[in-house]
Amino acid sequence: MTATPTAAAAQAAEDRMDDGTLDIARQRHTDAKRAERKLGLMLVGPAVVIMLAVAAYPILYAFWLSLNKADLRQPDANKFIWFDNYVTVLSSPIWWTAFGVTMLITIVGATLELIFGMLLAIVMHRTIVGRGLVRTSALVPYAIVTVVAAFSWRFAWTQGLGWLAPENSAPLTEFWPSIGIIILAEVWKTVPFMALLLMAGLALVPEDLLKAASMDGATAWKRFWLVTVPLIKPAILVALLFRTLDAFRVFDNIFVLTSGSNQTSSVSMVAYSNLIRGLNLGIGSAMSVLIFITTGIIAFAFIKFFGAAAPGSDAEGRR
Amino acid sequence: MAEIVLDHVVKRYPDGALAVDDFNLEIADGEFIILVGPSGCGKSTTLNMVAGLEDITAGKLLIDGQVVNDKAPKDRDIAMVFQSYALYPHMTVGDNMGFPLRLAGLDKDTIRTKVQHAAEMLELTQHLDRKPANLSGGQRQRVAMGRAIVRSPKAFLMDEPLSNLDAKLRVQMRTQISRIQKNLGTTTLYVTHDQTEAMTLGDRVVVMRAGVVQQVGSPAFLYAHPANLFVAGFIGSPAMNFFPGQLKPDSVVTALGEAKLPDRVRQQLNGATGTREVIVGIRPEHFEEASLVGDKPGATFDAPVDIVEAMGSDVYAYFTMQGDQAHSQELDDLAKDTGNELHSGGVDVTARLDAGADVRRGQTARLWYDTSKIQVFDASTGKNLITD
Amino acid sequence: MQPETTNRKLMWWGVNAIVLLYAFIPVLWIVSLSLKDDATLNDGNYFPTSPSDDSYTAIFNNSDFLRALANSIGICIIATLIAIAFGTMAAYAIARLDFPGKRTIVAMALLVSMFPQIALVTPLFKIETAVGLFDTWPGLIIPYIAFALPLAIYTLSAFFREIPWDLEKAAKMDGATPYQAFRRVITPLAMPGIFTTAILVFISCWNDFLFALSLTSTSNARTVPAAMSYFTGATTFEKPTGPIAAAAVVITIPIVIFVLVFQRRIVAGLTSGAVKG
Repeated sequence: MTATPTAAAAQAAEDRMDDGTLDIARQRHTDAKRAERKLGLMLVGPAVVIMLAVAAYPILYAFWLSLNKADLRQPDANKFIWFDNYVTVLSSPIWWTAFGVTMLITIVGATLELIFGMLLAIVMHRTIVGRGLVRTSALVPYAIVTVVAAFSWRFAWTQGLGWLAPENSAPLTEFWPSIGIIILAEVWKTVPFMALLLMAGLALVPEDLLKAASMDGATAWKRFWLVTVPLIKPAILVALLFRTLDAFRVFDNIFVLTSGSNQTSSVSMVAYSNLIRGLNLGIGSAMSVLIFITTGIIAFAFIKFFGAAAPGSDAEGRR
Repeated sequence: MAEIVLDHVVKRYPDGALAVDDFNLEIADGEFIILVGPSGCGKSTTLNMVAGLEDITAGKLLIDGQVVNDKAPKDRDIAMVFQSYALYPHMTVGDNMGFPLRLAGLDKDTIRTKVQHAAEMLELTQHLDRKPANLSGGQRQRVAMGRAIVRSPKAFLMDEPLSNLDAKLRVQMRTQISRIQKNLGTTTLYVTHDQTEAMTLGDRVVVMRAGVVQQVGSPAFLYAHPANLFVAGFIGSPAMNFFPGQLKPDSVVTALGEAKLPDRVRQQLNGATGTREVIVGIRPEHFEEASLVGDKPGATFDAPVDIVEAMGSDVYAYFTMQGDQAHSQELDDLAKDTGNELHSGGVDVTARLDAGADVRRGQTARLWYDTSKIQVFDASTGKNLITD
Repeated sequence: MQPETTNRKLMWWGVNAIVLLYAFIPVLWIVSLSLKDDATLNDGNYFPTSPSDDSYTAIFNNSDFLRALANSIGICIIATLIAIAFGTMAAYAIARLDFPGKRTIVAMALLVSMFPQIALVTPLFKIETAVGLFDTWPGLIIPYIAFALPLAIYTLSAFFREIPWDLEKAAKMDGATPYQAFRRVITPLAMPGIFTTAILVFISCWNDFLFALSLTSTSNARTVPAAMSYFTGATTFEKPTGPIAAAAVVITIPIVIFVLVFQRRIVAGLTSGAVKG
């Protein structure tokens, strides 16, 4: 019993292209796909519904509110006013001060976090003694409730109470010291998270590559810049993206440390004040939408210009 | 135990790619069948279709006379051994082996007895309470075998079960698999890309290339009577040597010179008379040092020997003859598969000589080859012109 | 060689000491504040000179704090359980199945995880007031689940992706139905990942301040972080330092224990979703 791919056999195979096997293959494929789709959609259903209900619908609602005059203290005066709220917000010095403060905290904070995060990552990755101890204690700031840490810093800098407080001034009542302490609190809390992401990147750099570079005559400094950094660039970008977006939302620390006094409010703080304290939903919502848009621009810029890979994009090998 | 029939089985992917084309095979009860071929030849796809892990596009699959095309794997009563072993890492060896029985709803005592029995056969008794992570590669492989054996299924399907083992262990396990299969008498379909496994294990071997069955037969038959260039080049290690040549009415001209064809070969070539372009195949063991042969019929030539490897039992001599290399789609496929795509300026030849042969590196040796054992292939179709 | 390795070890111990100081100084400071008595509270010393448990007695006799603690624990556990259940289902589908809109869902989850929560405060406030969820447990649990889901989906799908396909095929060949394969092979293997994710989700719920502050108005559903900022002292201008510090320590302890016990898993969980991408 032998078979050889002769010209006749090849012709036969050609003929079978038209004998319906392709249709059958496609039909089977469609059936299997349909079952798989059904199961897939059923499984993601609840998660999608909740995320839509809590995030998507409300943001649309916020957009609608932002186009209305909606002040809970004057419920009778509510009406549709197009973009007047945005005009009010964007011509308000309070908003722009808060925007400047937020950008300052975000940029300085993220830079410091990247530097210290990298140092901590290298320590956790390289240390030859007490590795478990270092990694465990580095997790403590990550795990502590932000408000708790904020109170700790606030008390530490409170005159007459704290161990860090100067003799004759109250740093949390002045603008620049306040900003400094807010950044310190942010950086302290988030360096470990940054470091963990970077450390995971470091672990992917093959040891042999560094050995080869050192055989090629690269100093430790050059090895870091020429081998390690290019290889962990994706990890750096992802970590920076997460942290920048997070820093831009800064709220807890400012709320506890200064309550936004002395113009130290972030955009989230101003929006919160207008919404909950001022009960001016129209203005507050306009601010919310502006924050949402800014966040979107930052994320887009990261992904577009730095090529930060969105997590979850995967190449699959199923068979 | 069962008889398995593949009747005009076709696998086509929805993108139109034809993975298996018109596969026909009747596997007798208790037979050990090997599916062999280079990667991508459709052998694993065929196995997966028998398993039920991939659906059959056209044709029929029968197990014990029943069409099972649309049955789920669990309703086909066949067991499979994976290349990665696919042991459940969270279960002990005993639980791994007992898993199919537990799913089948057997009571605990029966499961224990059956697992014990299989463990004894595979010398795993003292490892039953360990987790797979704590086992060596060979032990894991045996657990995978055990999980297939405990069920006493109608058939075993094995997908390259030995290729993750080191060379020495692979030889050991090969004989063990063969012994177990003979003892149990279970129909077995075994996929491999290793022609040595194919030659040593199978009752019959199915050679595949690009989704098409090239030849089916016993290992010895495939070795002695390859149907085409592909089978000839794939079966046998070291591989057959190929020389482009011209077939004349009673002789053949190659880089080794003109050789007169023995009468028997001429008769077997009866369908193909007249002068034509051919590719001549000579197995390495059909060469010998001329002085050791005496006056046996054959042809002689001078070989500029490059390298000599003394293996103890015999001597391998490597040399390059002036002339064009044999070219065909089939040989190119093979070269690609083995990664042997380097080309020297002539025909590379491997000769396996008697241990007493006096050949030296860098010297010219007078070699003889057995003209009654040569294979003659059509240069354009690759078909073997010598028929029985 | 010997002195050199000793020196290097000493150097690394020095570096480690800096990391330890960095991590623990603010934590120990709030602990020591909570242990100071009224007389020495304002002495500015880092360590308490005459430790007392006055502050702890005060907060454990404060019904608002106890209520807030119960709220925190209950709300976070329920939110975690539901987020993990839904997250596991969605992550399995995303890691293993092919269905339309998969990329959209992944993108949506990413979007939600980057969402400025403040943008949702007003609409959620309005909606929850309208449907009567404002200042209730479900009123906090639902947004917590929504914001925990992206984290859960990313982390879990990374864990699911690591389970070899062959194991599922083997289960099929061994006679398992898809449900049995999921239940007996996939879930046990994903258990460490599920557990790790649960810890991360719990920490993120436990940490929330903004929603707790804006979506509650009484001790009915207010969690500890929000309650702390409402603690009132002798005067309205002066926050009661001791009780706040004590409350801070109380909600910090369970988290620190989690971290100490599950360090390895938390590190694996935090990094799995982000870097493999």
